[in-house]
Parts: sequence; structure tokens; C-alpha cells
Amino acid sequence: MLHLVTAIIKPHRLDEVRDALKGSGVEGLTITEVRGFGRQSGHTETYRGAEYTVDFVPKIKLEIVTETEEAERIADVLATAARTGAIGDGKIWITPVDRVMRIRTGEVGADAI
Amino acid sequence: MHPEPQPPARRRRRRQILAGIGTTAIATLAMAGPAAAQVEEVDPVQVNLDNVWILLAAVLVIFMQAGFALVEAGLTRAKSVANIMMKNLIDFCAGAVAFLALGFAIAYGGSLDGFGKFLGADGFFLGDGAFTYGNLTVPVFFMFQVAFAATAATIVSGAMAERTKFRAYLIYSFVISLFIYPVVVRWQWGGGWLFQGEWLPTAYHDFAGSSIVHMVGGIAAFWGAKALGPRLGKYGPDGKARAILGHNIPFAMLGCFILLVGWYGFNPGSELAADAAIGGIAVTTTAAGAMGALTAMFTVWLRSGKPDVGMAGNGLLAGLVGITAGTAAVTPQAALIIGGLAGIIVVLAVSFFDNVLKVDDPVGAISVHGVCGAFGTICVGLFARDDVEGFWQQGLFYGGGSDQLVAQIIGVLAIAAWVTVTSIILFGTLKAFGGLRVSEEEELAGLDVEEHGSPGYGEGFGSFLPGPGVSLGNGAPAVRPSTPVGSS
Repeated sequence: MLHLVTAIIKPHRLDEVRDALKGSGVEGLTITEVRGFGRQSGHTETYRGAEYTVDFVPKIKLEIVTETEEAERIADVLATAARTGAIGDGKIWITPVDRVMRIRTGEVGADAI
Repeated sequence: MHPEPQPPARRRRRRQILAGIGTTAIATLAMAGPAAAQVEEVDPVQVNLDNVWILLAAVLVIFMQAGFALVEAGLTRAKSVANIMMKNLIDFCAGAVAFLALGFAIAYGGSLDGFGKFLGADGFFLGDGAFTYGNLTVPVFFMFQVAFAATAATIVSGAMAERTKFRAYLIYSFVISLFIYPVVVRWQWGGGWLFQGEWLPTAYHDFAGSSIVHMVGGIAAFWGAKALGPRLGKYGPDGKARAILGHNIPFAMLGCFILLVGWYGFNPGSELAADAAIGGIAVTTTAAGAMGALTAMFTVWLRSGKPDVGMAGNGLLAGLVGITAGTAAVTPQAALIIGGLAGIIVVLAVSFFDNVLKVDDPVGAISVHGVCGAFGTICVGLFARDDVEGFWQQGLFYGGGSDQLVAQIIGVLAIAAWVTVTSIILFGTLKAFGGLRVSEEEELAGLDVEEHGSPGYGEGFGSFLPGPGVSLGNGAPAVRPSTPVGSS
């Protein structure tokens, strides 16, 4: 059984998170550049004298497909590495995955991770 | 009939002494002016030609500001690009105002005796007592000089990129153009002790400013970068330097080309006249720059396995910086050697500052301008091809003995010492009062929004990341690059 660990983190934590994940056995992951906001929402800035609101803050989204038994542990490792204690640290969630295949070889299931 | 063409230097020195005693020389009065000891007739067409050419040269040098801005932006990260652009804009503008108000007067004004050998004080805001040279009007001469002052100032912004409080940088750029740089100019081009050969075996020679402009900028850059400390993530926990990739190589390369073209104003323009010498100067400039790019490319190719683009660009600049002192005094062949050596030196120097001294210089400014500036100036003592009386003595390699070489070394050390002391005081003061470096959070987020209120690339552009497989905040690459000694 497979699950997907998705995380939104601060961009500058990526190196630490990657190192921590590799150290705990994760062999592959995907990142996307995203923008978003949480409860704290944005703040106001000025551009050429006019005010504007910065709502969407740059973040990195990570996606890791992993065996169900490992998902919780990996999420914990990730959270620890990504945490700074300041607002905007991000979120992690875990969702089930129906099917995984390795494109090159055609392997499915846990062999495809 | 105009006498047999003399080497430009001889004419220049006589004119310098005659014109430099605090009189405002207006070109059209040159024949009847106070400098009545002149023997040559002054052709009005020549006068206008001189002024047009030098103004054009000044404009070329001012355009180098765009070159510096692009090189620095290209070799640093996108999240602070607006800040680096602002620093480049403002160091020109603050510098120009400072130089107009006071710097020019310090560099060129007043008597050359006694304390005047070190510091002038006449011609504030180009008023009475403003100096000019040869056939040039005061405004044209000033334009050329202010372009040079701005060049010295802007060198530093690259070394201090991505972590300097803008307010502190603003103050720095005012002070260097107001005082630190003009004093150095005074010592040589302003007719001071280096030009007079005081305490030297012979007069010091730096035609277009390898030491006066570039080394001054490079040494100030060193002390600024040192006072700041390295960028976050530049050095890993093991103390090893990590590559922090620049975000736009096309910018960096375009910047190098703009600098090259600008150098054709910088070097030939330093003749301060439209005469036969400017062609040869342009040739040595070209030879050194081209050779510098090639040798830098080969050096990094050998050391790291691939021809690093940014490093080749640094090599071009290193060659140009290196030839700037001797551009009128050496042969094209010697220029190839000087430029070629500068290209090798710059690669080694970048590595030295990065890995040995651990002073983080994102664009290699210290190596290109500081180290190669000193090197190029000293090379005059080796490669000057003949004696030109009152200007330079034949170099060691041509059988002229070591007088010029010794003079060059002493001059370089003196200028370096002056810039070191003043920079340490300046950056130390800035650090103590209000701080020099931004906060950690700001540095990680990028300086654009925090320092200036808006991102460099606009809201929806998604450029806070430099691209796939490269480092984001901390500097360690996600994919190991094949050239560990990066150009930044």
C-alpha cells in the first residue's frame, strides 16, 4: 500500500529537508515552486508610492510517494527539518495512492518507488 | 608648423605643469592664456576634436555602469536583483554628486606643493580654481573624471551583494567618491607625490587607472566583504565553500561586452586628446582583454573540467584591468602577456579568496579589480617598452633597469594602504552605527521587498528560484555542478 506525502515548506529550508529525507531512506521526490498563504495572510508593501498587498508568498511543494508504513515517519522527518518556529513554516498532509508504475521498467507497486 | 610629433607624454607633462596651477583653462583662450610659456599654436579644430572625443570617451565610461550592473545582477540571485540594480544606480548618482561637490576639487585643485602633494582643495562644484588639462574645457575634463570616479565606486557593490543594508551602502558610495578615491587621484593624475616621483626612484605611472581606479575599488571591496561576512549558506558546516549560482548568465555576458566597449573610452580616452596614440592604446586594450578571457577559460577548464562561462567573463575583465595601467607604454605583444597572465591570476585569486581566506565575493570583484589591478600596475615596471621622459621609464624586461618597477611597487603599496585604512574606518563605523548587514530573515527572503518594497521581477513572475537543480536559499546545489569553483 502506498501513500503520498505532500508538504509545503519555506524555500530556504529545502536543502536541509532534502538532506534529512535522503538520510532517512527516501530515494526520490519532486518539488514544485508554488505561492500561497495560510492564516497569517499577507502584508502591505509600497511600489512607486502606491500600496499593495503581498498575499501569495513563494513556497516549495514537495511530493514523495512512499510505502504506507513509512509515510508517518517520513512526514515527521520532513517536518522537523522544515521547521523554523516562525510564521509560514508550512503544512504536510498524507493521501492514499492507488497505483504507481516506474516508466522505464514497467514495475508497479512498491517496486516502483 | 607644428613641431615634429613628440610622444604624447612629453607634451602632456609640460602642459600638465603649466595648466595645473589652479587656473580655469578655457579652450578658446589657450593661445593667450596665463600659460604663456607654451610654444605650440593651438588649432581650433584640434581643440574641438579633443573635447568631442573626450566627451564621447566619458560617455562610454559612464555606460560601463550598465555593464557593471548587468554583470553583478547576472552573477547573483534573482531574489535580490532589484537591490543590486539600485546599488549600481545610486553609487553612480551619489558618487557623481560627491565628486562634483568636493571630490574633483580634492583630486585636482590647488597648489601641488607641500600638503598639496597629497590633497587638493580648489574648484568645488567646478567653480573658480577648477582644473582642466590640455585643450579640454573644464566641463569635459570633469565629465571624464567623474566617469572614472563612478567606476571605482561601483566595483564594490558586487562584492557586497545580497547581504548589505542599502542605507549603509548609500553612505559608503558617497564617501568613496567624496574622499577616498579623490585623494588617490591627487597623488598621481592630480600631479601629486606619485606623479612627481617624490621618494621614488622615478615617477609612478598608471595611464588609465589599474591601481587608481580598479585596485582602489577592489581593495575597498575586500574590506567591505570582509566586514560583512559571507552570505548565509556560502560555507558549509565543514567550512567548505559552496557554489551559489548566479541567476542570469546572459546578463553577465552582456555586461562583460558593455564593459569591453566602455573600456575603449576608458583607455584611449585617458590620452585626454584626439591624437595618434589612441589607436595603439585601443589595440593593447583589445589584446589584453581577449587573451585574459582565453587564459582564464583554459585555466578553469583544466582545473574544473569545463570552460566556465562566468569565469571566462571575469578573465576578459581581468585582462582589461591588467592592461589599464600600461596601455600606452607597452607593445601589443606585451599586452597579450599581461592580459594572459591576468586571466590565469584571476581564476586562482577567486579560488584563493573563496577557499583560503574565506571572504565571500559573489562576482569576483576583489580578484578582477584588486588583484589584477595591482598586477597590471606593477607590469608597467617590467614591460614599458622605452623611456618617455617625464612619464615612464623603460621596464626591466627591456633593459631599463628596476627604477620603474620599484616605483610601481611602492605606489601600489601606498595606495593599497590608504584604501585599507580608510575602508576599515568607514565600514567599521557603518557597522557600529546602524549596522552593515541585513537580518538573517531578510537575507534568506531576498533583499528586494524588504529594502525597496517590491520584487525585482514583478509579482507573478515566479523567479525567486534560479531554476531546476540549483540551490535555493542555503547555497548547496541540489544537483552537484561540475565546476565546483563557481564564477560567483
